[in-house]
Amino acid sequence: MMEKEKPLIELTKKGLYCEHGDFFIDPWLPVKKAILTHAHADHTYRGNQNYLVPKEGERLSRIRLGDEAKISTSSYGEVQNIKGVKVSFHPAGHVLGSAQVRVEYKGEVWVISGDYKLTPDATCAPFESVRCHKFISEATFGLPIYRWTPTEQIFEQINQWWRHNRECGKAAVIFAYALGKSQRILNGIDRSIGKIFTHGAVERLNDAYRQSKVDLPETKYVGAVKNKKDFIGSLIVATPSSAGSAWLKRFGSHSTAFASGWMVVRGARRRKAVDRGFVLSDHADWTELQTAIRETRAEKVFVTHGFISELVRWLNENGVNAEPLKINYFGDDELEDVLKDEFVEKELQ
Amino acid sequence: MKLFTELYTELEQTNKTNEKVEALKFYFKRAAPNDAAWALYFLSGRKPRQIVPSKKLRDWAIELSGIPEWLYEESRDTVGDGSETIALLLPNNATVDETPLHILVEKRLLPLRASDESNQYEEVISTWQKMNYAQRLVYNKMISGSFRVGVSQLLVTRALSQLCGQPTDIIAMRLMGAWEPTAEFYQTVINSEVNEAERPIARPFPFYLAHQIDFPLEKLGNINEWQAEWKWDGIRAQVIKRENQVFVWSRGEDLITERFPEIARAAEFLPNGTVLDGEILPWLDNAVQPFTELQKRIGRKNLSAKLLAEVPVIVQTYDLLEFQDKDLRGETFSQRRKTLEKVVKTLDEPAKNVFRLTESVKADSWEDLQEKREQSRLLKVEGFMLKKLASPYRVGRVRGDWWKWKIDPLTVDAVLLYAQKGTGKRSGLFTDYTFAVWSGGELVPFAKAYSGLTDAEIRKVDRFVRENTKETFGPVRSIVPQLVFELAFEAIQKSNRHKSGVAVRFPRILRWRDDKKIEEADSLETIHALLESLEGNGK
Ligand SMILES: [Zn+2]
Ligand SMILES: [Zn+2]
Repeated sequence: MMEKEKPLIELTKKGLYCEHGDFFIDPWLPVKKAILTHAHADHTYRGNQNYLVPKEGERLSRIRLGDEAKISTSSYGEVQNIKGVKVSFHPAGHVLGSAQVRVEYKGEVWVISGDYKLTPDATCAPFESVRCHKFISEATFGLPIYRWTPTEQIFEQINQWWRHNRECGKAAVIFAYALGKSQRILNGIDRSIGKIFTHGAVERLNDAYRQSKVDLPETKYVGAVKNKKDFIGSLIVATPSSAGSAWLKRFGSHSTAFASGWMVVRGARRRKAVDRGFVLSDHADWTELQTAIRETRAEKVFVTHGFISELVRWLNENGVNAEPLKINYFGDDELEDVLKDEFVEKELQ
Repeated sequence: MKLFTELYTELEQTNKTNEKVEALKFYFKRAAPNDAAWALYFLSGRKPRQIVPSKKLRDWAIELSGIPEWLYEESRDTVGDGSETIALLLPNNATVDETPLHILVEKRLLPLRASDESNQYEEVISTWQKMNYAQRLVYNKMISGSFRVGVSQLLVTRALSQLCGQPTDIIAMRLMGAWEPTAEFYQTVINSEVNEAERPIARPFPFYLAHQIDFPLEKLGNINEWQAEWKWDGIRAQVIKRENQVFVWSRGEDLITERFPEIARAAEFLPNGTVLDGEILPWLDNAVQPFTELQKRIGRKNLSAKLLAEVPVIVQTYDLLEFQDKDLRGETFSQRRKTLEKVVKTLDEPAKNVFRLTESVKADSWEDLQEKREQSRLLKVEGFMLKKLASPYRVGRVRGDWWKWKIDPLTVDAVLLYAQKGTGKRSGLFTDYTFAVWSGGELVPFAKAYSGLTDAEIRKVDRFVRENTKETFGPVRSIVPQLVFELAFEAIQKSNRHKSGVAVRFPRILRWRDDKKIEEADSLETIHALLESLEGNGK
């Protein structure tokens, strides 16, 4: 055992901690200094004294954290020196302004990837592979059954579904997480088909995206619509928590769909009780996880959330030194986001 | 194959019946008759026997996708279906197989059963490589004998009826019994004219099925317009005697004559041109036996004399659909019943012992009937069947004239609170559970249960337990309350020794209610109410 000393990054009750720099990454209990990978609710908790977030994600973090929060920013690639520890953000390709955190101390490099994906996404900067000694990876979709269909094909399916509903005089209601997934859909959809309306939580975040120069079609907040006939043949982008609620009544005859990586499995779609499931995820699929992990050339990989034991075993059987890093997140990531979104939605209304 | 896969996908994706019917019509309008015949075959729940064992498909898929066996198993547990797992794991292929359905089935699928393993291997692998995900899923299900579609016979019948303009009962009749999936057969099904000689002698009538009553009995009106019969738990069957031949059909449209030689022998005593409707039951010492006894008879290919003696059967006979070659289904139930009584009474002794006239339970009022229903558990019946005396014999599950009035099963939705590792076959996994129900805003433990989940579910719960342990007390873990299960009991009684105040006998897990939140679990109050209603002093 060579490494008798403490690792550079360790897991504590409050979250991932770097003792030399005295900062936490995505902590879930209040701390002095929090470095955040992205603005999803399960990574961005309120109550910390100081925040460091990627510059590109500042607007979204501000919405989540409120006006009072003390937020400082750092651009992708820019190096901050925190008590002798070098810290920099690198694009994670997950949602707008999402980052991996690179931490370097005395020549040792750790990369905390947060949530990431390699699939191209026009609403955020592409994932950047960062060489490191220790890599912390997620495993939300760490099983070989999860392999994404090319995004263009998925959008073709969504467009077709919308067109079909329009022809039948129905509204098309698609459920997607308010932050990231919704804007990705808006950006990729064929905007010539018809009018697009949004749930309040989605609309608010759309503004932040537009200010960040992401190309979104014209959208209108559902609550601002006077004539219900306007909904006929339109697309409505709503949060997953609206599924099955009375909120949907205003749209009259409509078809429902859910956009998520979980929709790969038929049983998952059935449990959601929607008409259609579109396989569109903000996370890396099985193949992307392998690629991302190998490209870091890390000597040790720590795996967290999702199919942890499965990915760890597979990596070890394939010559990658890996072990589980248990983070105290509750349940799986995307489902957790749904719950948190509900909470945030209420705040936004 | 392309069109049929699209239909399968469409049927799977919608929950709405009219959309399903539209999808079916869309398909049948476009499909060639020889393809449509096979589609009809699969849609009506028929399937070829397993052609290649699932185990082999699994091994080949593992080989092709280059993953270890354990990872396949983990994937399968998550997906919950072997055919789907294989379709997801095979290396991606965006090509679409254009082979017509009937060619695929007749030339490439069915002949495989007789060929050797290396031929099967070659054929399956090359077929997989030609197909996309959705086609592979359908193909895997066909080849492993596990094909099932989320569409009822009634909807298929309705779609075909709308296409050819014939009423649904004619279509249903044409689809009954044994038939070969040929273009000719399909043409006869969608024939827009009715043929006089269309009915072969073996053909049963479509069964009339009842719904569970879901409103107060009083809404049925005057009790004198209804007949109540005990609802037996057996195999619903039609017994046919025409032109000196005897046929026994199950509701699943299986010809089961050979499984029940004593019924076949008794049916020879029936006059020609007779069709009876009733329930096959295991019957010993003048009492019904558990359904599991009957399963011994169904499962066995060769019926030994010993088994026939151990599990004798009878038919609780309750309707007469044809008599003296005349279709009686248009007559009222009371008329049919009268004729039925005559037929059964005049039977010779050996036949009389098999065809027992189902007792009509007399009651003065609905309350009176309610009281009589209390004997159900004692009599080992499921409750009552209520049949309107003035009703014709209808086709399929139609609301209005026949109702099931089953006794409530003793079930409770409860929250998983503690788990402990099991022993034996499942050692190492958390399989022994303690469940709780609500009481004054608190979860109170009230039952322990060990069995009732599938292996895949057990592994999922096991994973949940490991990741959501709150505290450990020796071998027992307390868990974050999040999972809801439906539990069933044989009996429930008051108890002072239990904190919950009730003790349950033989609790078992009926199913995992992953659609329910813990707030929706039952409370102690509902259980006490259940208890009181069972003891008969509650209202
Ligand atoms: Zn995220
Ligand atoms: Zn996350």
